[in-house]
Amino acid sequence: MLSRVADSLYWMSRYFERADHCARVLEANYNLMLNPSKLSTEERWHRIMTSLGIPETAEGIDPQMAMIKLTSDPADESSIVSCITECRENAGQVREQISSEMWERLNRLYHFVTQANSRLETDSDPLRLVTAVREGAYEFHGVTDATMNHDEGWHFIQLGKYMERSCALPVLLEAYFAAGGQADDLDWVGLLSSCTAFEAYCKVYTADLKPDSMAEFLLLNPEFPHSVRYAVERMSAAIAAISETSLTRATGRIERIAGRLRASLAYTQIADIMAGGLHRYLDSVIEQCKSLHAAVHEVYIDYPIQSALEA
Amino acid sequence: MPAQSADRPMPAPFSEYEIDAAYDEMFRAKGRPRPHYKHLYTHLLNLPSEELHRSKKEADLSFFNQGITFTVYGRAEGTEQIFPHDLLPRIITSSEWATIERALTQRITALNLFLADVYHERRILKDRIIPGEIIYTCKHFRRQMHGVKVPRDVYVSVVGTDLIRLPDGRFVVLEDNLRVPSGVSYMLTSRKVMKQIFPALFRKCGVRPIEQYSQALFSTLRSLAPEGRSTIVLLTPGIYNSAYFEHAFLARQMGIELVEGRDLVVHDNKVYMRTTSGLQRVDVIYRRVDDDFVDPLAFRADSSLGAAGLFNAYRAGNVVLANALGTGVADDKAIYSYVPKIIRYYLGEDPIVDNVETFLMTDRTQREHVCANLEKYVVKAVGESGGYGMLIGPHSSRAQQAEFREKILADPRNYIAQPTLTLSAAPCFMNGRIEPRHVDLRPYVLFGEKVTIVPGGLTRVALRKGSLVVNSSQGGGSKDTWVLQN
Repeated sequence: MLSRVADSLYWMSRYFERADHCARVLEANYNLMLNPSKLSTEERWHRIMTSLGIPETAEGIDPQMAMIKLTSDPADESSIVSCITECRENAGQVREQISSEMWERLNRLYHFVTQANSRLETDSDPLRLVTAVREGAYEFHGVTDATMNHDEGWHFIQLGKYMERSCALPVLLEAYFAAGGQADDLDWVGLLSSCTAFEAYCKVYTADLKPDSMAEFLLLNPEFPHSVRYAVERMSAAIAAISETSLTRATGRIERIAGRLRASLAYTQIADIMAGGLHRYLDSVIEQCKSLHAAVHEVYIDYPIQSALEA
Repeated sequence: MPAQSADRPMPAPFSEYEIDAAYDEMFRAKGRPRPHYKHLYTHLLNLPSEELHRSKKEADLSFFNQGITFTVYGRAEGTEQIFPHDLLPRIITSSEWATIERALTQRITALNLFLADVYHERRILKDRIIPGEIIYTCKHFRRQMHGVKVPRDVYVSVVGTDLIRLPDGRFVVLEDNLRVPSGVSYMLTSRKVMKQIFPALFRKCGVRPIEQYSQALFSTLRSLAPEGRSTIVLLTPGIYNSAYFEHAFLARQMGIELVEGRDLVVHDNKVYMRTTSGLQRVDVIYRRVDDDFVDPLAFRADSSLGAAGLFNAYRAGNVVLANALGTGVADDKAIYSYVPKIIRYYLGEDPIVDNVETFLMTDRTQREHVCANLEKYVVKAVGESGGYGMLIGPHSSRAQQAEFREKILADPRNYIAQPTLTLSAAPCFMNGRIEPRHVDLRPYVLFGEKVTIVPGGLTRVALRKGSLVVNSSQGGGSKDTWVLQN
């Protein structure tokens, strides 16, 4: 597979996951913000921004504008509309690699979110957009799995999706746990819903919302798709599959980083993580994901030509 | 001219249909459809009027969702539009097609012999059939190609020839597109949509299939590959190219890699592509990048669309390019006027389908005549395509005529003139009614081991009433072309 194509598939998938994640967080919080809380609206928006990893601007947050900015401001590179545009741009680069069904779904969603931009009149319009993206993501993942060969390209798509998720979830967790004792039950529901995790969590721990249990669930649960461990497992599987199709490449470093991260999530207990500081642990997960990303790029995408000719 | 007395009243969807001097593809006279259009005619008469509207909407939506768009140059980068598509098929009888097929086979054979000659022995110049000057002054002549051997002596493996039909019903060749002809993906996707809309008509009419085009193209490319090596790729300028959709479409249909210049690496006169498993050798490049941009070392240094060193690898015989470089010399509009002579010279046959009468501006008498009568002629720049750089005399202002007169006098080699021809008209579904619009026909000819022409092509439509310009960049659209079984 062409390196450029692998790169585009990877980023197409990352941007879609980013838009989807943003949509989940906004949808969860939009509902909760209708309830009164001891936090002010500004503070709540502040937490949404932090949980999405968006640096706060100097002039603070205008609650009226925040929703529109995060959903449909094309000038804001972390807005949903920008992510979907980037996603489609990357998909457009590799149209012949993805199935027509995937392209059609994506294209339809793109037209919906870009046109929605000019239609934001009533309060519930941004919410419609958010819902469309979330449902669009389910459809897209569905047709991707159902209509595309599960070959190297598909594995790069998986890698992108779970890489993005592995990077986004720690940021989200950090935003909620940084507030510490301040958070009330409703806030915790917000955290779980941001990962569509409320029902899944209750199945394991009942509706008893304990911070440690929630951290354990979202970090270490091996079965829930929106947990860090699950995402890292899928990422490692994708990496292994990719290195199998391209036996000639030196992939040792990639497998080492992925393996270490996976082992840490599989064998560390939540009590140890909490004792050592959740913040530190989350930071190290993010760092390891970043070096994994860099290593993949160096081996498969942007390798020096001389090294390839000698091989 | 059909006898006017044979007119009959036109029924409902055709009530505004006018038949003028142009050859009408569907009607012999008012209310009298040609036999091969009878099924379509009856079908349209029996169709509830909303049905066409609904079908039109469905078709447009289908094109839009599939992203079948093209980019219009000269506007903001990335302005995508759906390629306007007309619902009603253009129908060609099997005997008409047989003539077209023979004519195009003859033409591509002769043009390939011509190219091989021009870049090797130059017999045709020595025998003074064509003046050498006109070849050497052609801006698409590539002196670098002199003496370069190409596989099977096939220079042009993919051609899109533009045919038009004159008022007397004869087809003539308007131009040959021998460089990087496009549009074939519209032919293929439009057929797919039409089958969804008119299944019953397909069943009744016996339309010959065109779906095998991609396989035919693939076999053609493979026949050019060296023995035992067959990695074929399609080289595209990238997603901002107006035909990118088509490049991606064809690559997918053929199951080959769609590469950009930045994916290619030339080392030791061999071409490789950069893949996740390292560098992979490339043997045949179906290139959709113009000559000028293929290799910044050999041609335009500012090009980032090609690969440095590609031309040397090509000259060394380590990679095949289709079409070959330098084929533009044979579709230069001034050299076009010699094609009948070229056919006679190499094949000893008369052309089966004629050229359009063409005046060379390098010839003093012809130039003076045209310059004095610009309002009657169409003037074209010899190396342009896509409807750019032309003057349509009858539809031009005095100022435009003066401008072209100056251009011609300043650089006569760069212009030719042709009489203003009335293209044939075919019924189109416009603004809720069926009205005639001018059309041309671009069949696609493939040449590798043998000549293959899929029965059909792109019928381009001048969507504006009365307009004669069918280019997609200038308000043209397309319709499906049905070649009948018998």
